[in-house]
Amino acid sequence: MAAPTQTAAGLSDCRTAWAKALAELARADDRIVAVVNDSVGSSKLDAFAKEFPDRLINVGIAEQVMVGVSAGLANGGKVPFVSAASCFLTGRALEQVKADIAYANFNVKLIGQSSGVAYGELGATHHSIEDFAWLRPMTNLIVIAPADPWETAEAVKWAAGHDGPVYLRLSRMPVPDLVVEDRVFRPGKAELLQQGSDVTLIGAGTTSHIALAAAQVLAAQGVSARVLNMATINPLDDVAVLAAAEETRAIVTVEEASVRGGLGGAVAELITANRPVPLERVGFPGFVVTGSADWLFAEYGLTADNIAARALAALERAKR
Amino acid sequence: MMHANDPTDLIHEKALWMRRRAFQMVYEARLGHPGGDFSAIDIMATLYFGVMQYDATRPDWAERDRFIMSKGHATGALYTALCAAGYFPEDWLPTYMQPRSMLNGHPNRNYLPGVETNTGPLGHGFPVALGIAIAGQMSGQDFRTFVLTGDGEQQEGSNWEAALNAGHRKLENLTLIIDRNRLQQGAGTEETIGLDPLDDKYRAFGWHVEMVDGHDVAALHRLLSASAKGRGKPLCVIANTVKGKGVSFMENKASWHHGVPDAAQFAQAMEELV
Repeated sequence: MAAPTQTAAGLSDCRTAWAKALAELARADDRIVAVVNDSVGSSKLDAFAKEFPDRLINVGIAEQVMVGVSAGLANGGKVPFVSAASCFLTGRALEQVKADIAYANFNVKLIGQSSGVAYGELGATHHSIEDFAWLRPMTNLIVIAPADPWETAEAVKWAAGHDGPVYLRLSRMPVPDLVVEDRVFRPGKAELLQQGSDVTLIGAGTTSHIALAAAQVLAAQGVSARVLNMATINPLDDVAVLAAAEETRAIVTVEEASVRGGLGGAVAELITANRPVPLERVGFPGFVVTGSADWLFAEYGLTADNIAARALAALERAKR
Repeated sequence: MMHANDPTDLIHEKALWMRRRAFQMVYEARLGHPGGDFSAIDIMATLYFGVMQYDATRPDWAERDRFIMSKGHATGALYTALCAAGYFPEDWLPTYMQPRSMLNGHPNRNYLPGVETNTGPLGHGFPVALGIAIAGQMSGQDFRTFVLTGDGEQQEGSNWEAALNAGHRKLENLTLIIDRNRLQQGAGTEETIGLDPLDDKYRAFGWHVEMVDGHDVAALHRLLSASAKGRGKPLCVIANTVKGKGVSFMENKASWHHGVPDAAQFAQAMEELV
């Protein structure tokens, strides 16, 4: 086993990695186009718009047609990357995502920007914490929440090569780089950030590095925590989750999303039916109040200390 | 496949076969939307047997003209058109709406060759057609994209997002045909949520608008086969139609939106459809 994953000192906005990866792909493949809803700047696509002015389709503030158009572009041989605030992309255009993209199985990449509570101060209309639950039942729609800039770029590149619909849930929240030896992006597979034997902490997207920090808090108390970066929410890596249920005594999921139906919901469904162990789901209980993203993370317990406390509580239940 | 010699003879022949066959499908399945099938069939027969360039043996041919059935419930019309065009054999038609059939109540492109996109919820086909037209324009391809919506369907806001975009982009390779039978599921369009004047609305959105008798296949053929090049605008054809056209007891009756004939009605329809 390699040394436990570390996090780099600096913090990055993953949108930069997304925009760079898309431009590189576009230079190599003229089928790749971007579709936006007046979201060029918020998607960090200003440079793309300058370099490929004819390959950026701005439909205006109109999410239904944005998603429908992307299905049509795929019919016409293009590989569209639809980039918009995830709250509107998934909420406003949900039926288009279902019928035109997932059910019709078009080769379209949906890029949900500023997901979770990145727009915390703007209120629940602009939070995107329901998207995992909305999209996860659409069986052929691959749902991925990258944890850092490296994983963001890898997921964008993988999505371009995958012939089918993908939802990438990106964030503008600054995150550290996960420093993993010989790192390989494997869609649909959990990434083992740290081996452990008492409890398993499962993060995704912006919460994976927090889960890793929680493991250090637990280590200081003599508790060995396994940490998984579960970037792919759909399909879930059943093998890794059931192994965690088998080999450790409890599981804690951590997501920048509603705990109803998202990562925690997916893990609950799986272990309840196969290998029940105490489970704690850290995330948002439903609509949350207004506040900065950092404040909301602290208020709702998406912190290393709270995750560690929840892990200890789950381990306590496991003794009964 | 163009039939330049006597286009309307073939169109009439195909339209008659489509009406008889579609009504039989509804009769046997005990389900369907025959009223809207019959208002659209002359338009679709004109497109498939007089206007569109396609090759049923190569449904993915990149240069094919596209037809999008935005009023996805009119599968009696769509499936008989695709079958008559050679996309699949006639012995698939009796499976209409049966368990595991490829002939869903609403079309699925992953099941059936010739279906360009999945429709059913209204207001979806037009935006997809817009995207196809944009792709063709970006690639410098010459194919045309035709999309058929119901008139009641125009109440869905997504159509107006698409109309605004197509007008802005001056997409002359895109043709919207509105099946203006003036009836929706439960009542007349104008007593539900009025649409008139539809032509002025589309002109205001930057479209070239033509009104036509949607059962005059010669007029439809002239209008739809004329080149749109140089017009600099998308084309909106408001086809004035009769819901249930061709069967006396169905014509202009909202109840035949998803009505199913009994044996006597089926026999009478077959006598009238000759």
